[in-house]
Amino acid sequence: MSNEFLIFDHVTKRFGALTAVDDVSFSVAKGEFFSLLGPSGCGKTTLLRMLGGFERPDSGRIYLEGKDITDLPPNQRRIHTVFQNYALFPTMTIWDNIAFSLKLAKMEKGEIEEKVDDILEMIQMSEHAWKYPSQLSGGQKQRVAIARALVDRPQVLLLDEPLAALDLKLRQHMLLELDTIHDQVGITFLYVTHDQGEAMSLSDRIAVLNRGKVEQLDGPAKIYEAPASRFVASFIGDTNFLSGEIVAVDGDYCTIQCEGFPAVKAFNDRKIKVGDSVDLSVRPEKIRVTLAPPPPEKGASINVFLSTVKDIVYQGVYTKYWIESSGKRLAALKPHSRFLLDQESITWNDEVFVWWHPDDGYMVEAK
Amino acid sequence: MTGNPLRSRRAEWLVTLPSLLWLGLFFAVPAVIVLAFTFHGHTPNGGVGEWSLETWRELVDPDYPAIVWNTIRISFEVTLWSIVLALPCAYAIARMNSRWRAIVAGSIMLPFWTSFVVRVFAWKTMLHPDGWLQSCYLTFLRVREWMFGWLPGSLKGLFVWMGLANSGPVDPAASTILDSEAAVVLVSVYSFLPFAIMPIYTAAEKFDFSLLEAARDLGAKSFYAFRKIFIPGIKQGLISAILMVFIPAIGSYVIPQMLGGTDCVLIGNKIFMRAIQNRNIPHASALATLMAVSVLIPIACAMWWKRRQNARDRKRLEAETARLMIGGASS
Repeated sequence: MSNEFLIFDHVTKRFGALTAVDDVSFSVAKGEFFSLLGPSGCGKTTLLRMLGGFERPDSGRIYLEGKDITDLPPNQRRIHTVFQNYALFPTMTIWDNIAFSLKLAKMEKGEIEEKVDDILEMIQMSEHAWKYPSQLSGGQKQRVAIARALVDRPQVLLLDEPLAALDLKLRQHMLLELDTIHDQVGITFLYVTHDQGEAMSLSDRIAVLNRGKVEQLDGPAKIYEAPASRFVASFIGDTNFLSGEIVAVDGDYCTIQCEGFPAVKAFNDRKIKVGDSVDLSVRPEKIRVTLAPPPPEKGASINVFLSTVKDIVYQGVYTKYWIESSGKRLAALKPHSRFLLDQESITWNDEVFVWWHPDDGYMVEAK
Repeated sequence: MTGNPLRSRRAEWLVTLPSLLWLGLFFAVPAVIVLAFTFHGHTPNGGVGEWSLETWRELVDPDYPAIVWNTIRISFEVTLWSIVLALPCAYAIARMNSRWRAIVAGSIMLPFWTSFVVRVFAWKTMLHPDGWLQSCYLTFLRVREWMFGWLPGSLKGLFVWMGLANSGPVDPAASTILDSEAAVVLVSVYSFLPFAIMPIYTAAEKFDFSLLEAARDLGAKSFYAFRKIFIPGIKQGLISAILMVFIPAIGSYVIPQMLGGTDCVLIGNKIFMRAIQNRNIPHASALATLMAVSVLIPIACAMWWKRRQNARDRKRLEAETARLMIGGASS
């Protein structure tokens, strides 16, 4: 099975009393762009370091292309890392930095020159070849670090928060470039980040980690739209949680009585029974806030209730409205567009209709 | 704050002035005086005589070239051993956590709380023919004799040639450590080791050890990473460590005086002898000048060569860049 290129098999790593990685198992396909996403201290860097050979798991094995690599030292694995601080060798020129792994592989001089020149051209750094790392900007160092790790075609490329040290504009630019490079070289990328935006825009699949465990492993859309747990729902993007008890089940849908709000309907994909309590996650952009009632053709099945606007936060791309009902708050987003100008504008303390489709509420962690 | 450039330059001068005065008064002026003394004769009662080239003529003594060469050779040996021992030591300290680092770095400086002469004297006792180090050495020689003694002549000869076996029977009177060159090298390394460790440690402390991980990650063995990444990374510390050991080793006279016996006379001893025993200050000055020049000339040559090489590197770099640019444009 192609999905079994790289396998983590029940891997556990403890540091003293802390269990950094707790019985983690997953596999990565060849050529995949795979992300490990989680808050700091979730164990993602430890997983990466175990794959690089810098830490040894307390139990469990790691397989690469059917071979057990758990006990191999770093220099015997064809796995290279792009470090967060780049770790370029300051006493060597850019050219020598990139040629480092090729020289170690005892490659012929002409071949080394060809490969280094080629990759320098790919990252558009040919004219900087004879500079030293200290003479480069952050984005340039980043590109050199990637080139150095890719030049001898490793089996897997590990990227440890590679964009964390760059400013926003450069980060966006490098995101595109990383994507292009991945397409060009076809090597398996394992990307570690705490930034859900980076992970979403690059990855084929994402493993969301929390306290040493994989909470969910899915494609970006699935993780956003169908979070497996309350943690995933809140870590990936912004969301509203409605906690309540199921009072009625009607076919595929159920009715939830939440504290502070009228009863709401939601799609009951977890087949939860009456009397169970659930957390319902509703993304702010799925909720509409209007002065006028929702058009009747939307049907009677949607969730609608009246509430009061407490806060309005202008955020450029959209405006965030905080509505409040007996002490509980919900956030709703509204984009700006000329087409929406025909609606009356909403101000503080307005009574508004709050409405969303039952399918846009997603139940997590039924307790 | 942007100040008046004239004023800031004056401030700069003001700050530098004390150290300039100090250096001028206690280094430059004495150096010139010493040089001037060499062009004087000496008086029988220990004074400095008239201007003459008599002192330089006296210096053509057949003993001196050998002594100068010995001094340089032994200083090289001492420097080499000090660096070889200091490198792993400084590396280990730099990798310790801060608490242990303070303790170990402190204990390296601990010997300085005892007077240098007292410590060298203590070595004299330890290396004494009746002392325990000497008896250890003799035991070692006897064990070797027992181990290789039964071998047939030609095979034994091979081991002797390799320095593993004794050439003859053990003679306690002839195999003393005290009053030998070995004692001078041993105690010099002991004395100068902290001066080698400290600069290397200071450089190693600033070294980014994740670079070694990066090298390992790219396929380097640990020792290769140490050699190719760590050593160039602490080059400045290494250079100052070499200077910190080599320069005092060149001028050293207490250690050879007390432990070297008649086997190991260095230029420092000769200078001491001429100045204090023979009361011939111009002659001592000439020896000191000779020594300084014979050390400074190779250093100056090395610096000139390095600068020329840097210039050549820069030219090559420009040429290579041009080649790549043209290559990139035509493709």
